[in-house]
Amino acid sequence: MTAGSSIAGLHAVFRRELGSYFTTPLAFVFLAAFAFAAPAFAFNVGRFFDTNRADLAPLFAYLPWLLMILMPALAMRAWAEERDRGTIETLLSLPVPVWAASLGKFLAAWVVAGLALALTFPMWIAVNYLGAPDNMAIAAGYLGAFLLAGAYLAIGQALSATTGNQVVAFVLGVLAAFLLTMAGSPFVTGALSSAVPAWLVEAIAHLSALERFSAFQSGVIGVKDLVYFLSFIAGGTAAAGLLIGASRAGGR
Amino acid sequence: MLTVEKLVKRFGPRVAADTVSFSLQPGEVLGFLGPNGAGKSTTMRMIAGRLEPDSGRVLVGKHDVATERRAAQRLIGYLPEGAPAYPSMTPRSFVEFCLRARGWSGREMALASAEALDRARLGDAAGQRIATLSKGYKRRAALAAAIAHDPLLLILDEPTDGLDPNQKDQVRALIRDMAADKAIIVSTHILEEVPAVCSRTIVIDKGRILADESPEEMAARTRTGRLDDAFRALTQTVPAEADAA
Repeated sequence: MTAGSSIAGLHAVFRRELGSYFTTPLAFVFLAAFAFAAPAFAFNVGRFFDTNRADLAPLFAYLPWLLMILMPALAMRAWAEERDRGTIETLLSLPVPVWAASLGKFLAAWVVAGLALALTFPMWIAVNYLGAPDNMAIAAGYLGAFLLAGAYLAIGQALSATTGNQVVAFVLGVLAAFLLTMAGSPFVTGALSSAVPAWLVEAIAHLSALERFSAFQSGVIGVKDLVYFLSFIAGGTAAAGLLIGASRAGGR
Repeated sequence: MLTVEKLVKRFGPRVAADTVSFSLQPGEVLGFLGPNGAGKSTTMRMIAGRLEPDSGRVLVGKHDVATERRAAQRLIGYLPEGAPAYPSMTPRSFVEFCLRARGWSGREMALASAEALDRARLGDAAGQRIATLSKGYKRRAALAAAIAHDPLLLILDEPTDGLDPNQKDQVRALIRDMAADKAIIVSTHILEEVPAVCSRTIVIDKGRILADESPEEMAARTRTGRLDDAFRALTQTVPAEADAA
């Protein structure tokens, strides 16, 4: 009964969330923006044609930057909107465990992110038409991008649970995604090295999402990298659930 | 059906509920009265399992809300303050969402949803987006979601707030209809609806229960025999100037 009712709750929340993305212009605007921006980056900034290579490297090189902005935009409403509209009262009075509600919300947003990535498939077809790319590497790259999007989303939804203001949730989400992506870059390590011990700088550099993502791009699907992304997804979703569960203790 | 034992809830220095205790049987409609900020909503939120008390206990049926929250919540229908509902949904999809989250599906869910929408008199509005509905219809949508699973305990936080007189009458009639086999708590500060709906009243102020009696007994507290006079006498230590005049 308990497991069954948790699944019923997860399913109900997932359906409601996915429905709300598509009954409002949100998902369509988001998908259109993604479908436009991803190739635009690849063609103009990534010089898709000038590389004279049949692969999707120009696309994947800029995806983290695009996802860093767009995933927090998709995640910001998750809990902030519930708090703002008061519907969190209804949600928390239903016999649904918070983890199920949190996971339902995450999965719905992840499906929309997956659809957005799917909209770049014409580029995959194009490179196959133009040459003979390593399709396994491209598939791995897509898997990496999907996992990266999931990590950004989960963190964004956890931050959305801290506030009733969607703009605040968005800004925090972008900031967190930026730090996660740039953790290994000289920009961040340089800034940190004067303030914190070297081992900590190294540990933070180790968290860099960009390096993990580039492993996928070269067609390598490592267990460690999978665990890395999945733990951010699990951690973010659990944190959102814990934060919302904690609101039972007091406040709105 | 419902036992509330010494509930205490503090928000910082403010005591929102101070050793609130009462019990409620099926067939009773309890009018929960008190000035704004008296602790009505806080107490109702704790009973609904949305807010945890600092101390004290809530039993719904045999289930302790603290330790068997979801089992208790299955028996409860709760209309939160302000009747929140998702604006992008229709009343029908909102009611179905709440039913589905409670494990309902298929034909049973469709029937329960249709009946709740009908009882709350949504009419054609059941298929329109909540964002486009008037306040009265929005409130009915939230009410339909609260009653759809035929709960044994119904907690309605200001169900008639912001409704026009006809809509208020309809909601009161609905509450009377449902009273036979349910325990119902209705909070309100519209005192004239108390005798029409409630079999019992609790007056609460600053988190404390000041009176727990029938509406008739409460009215008999003052010479005028009026509930609003009794309410003022209970909740105001200094009589208002209007009374003196």
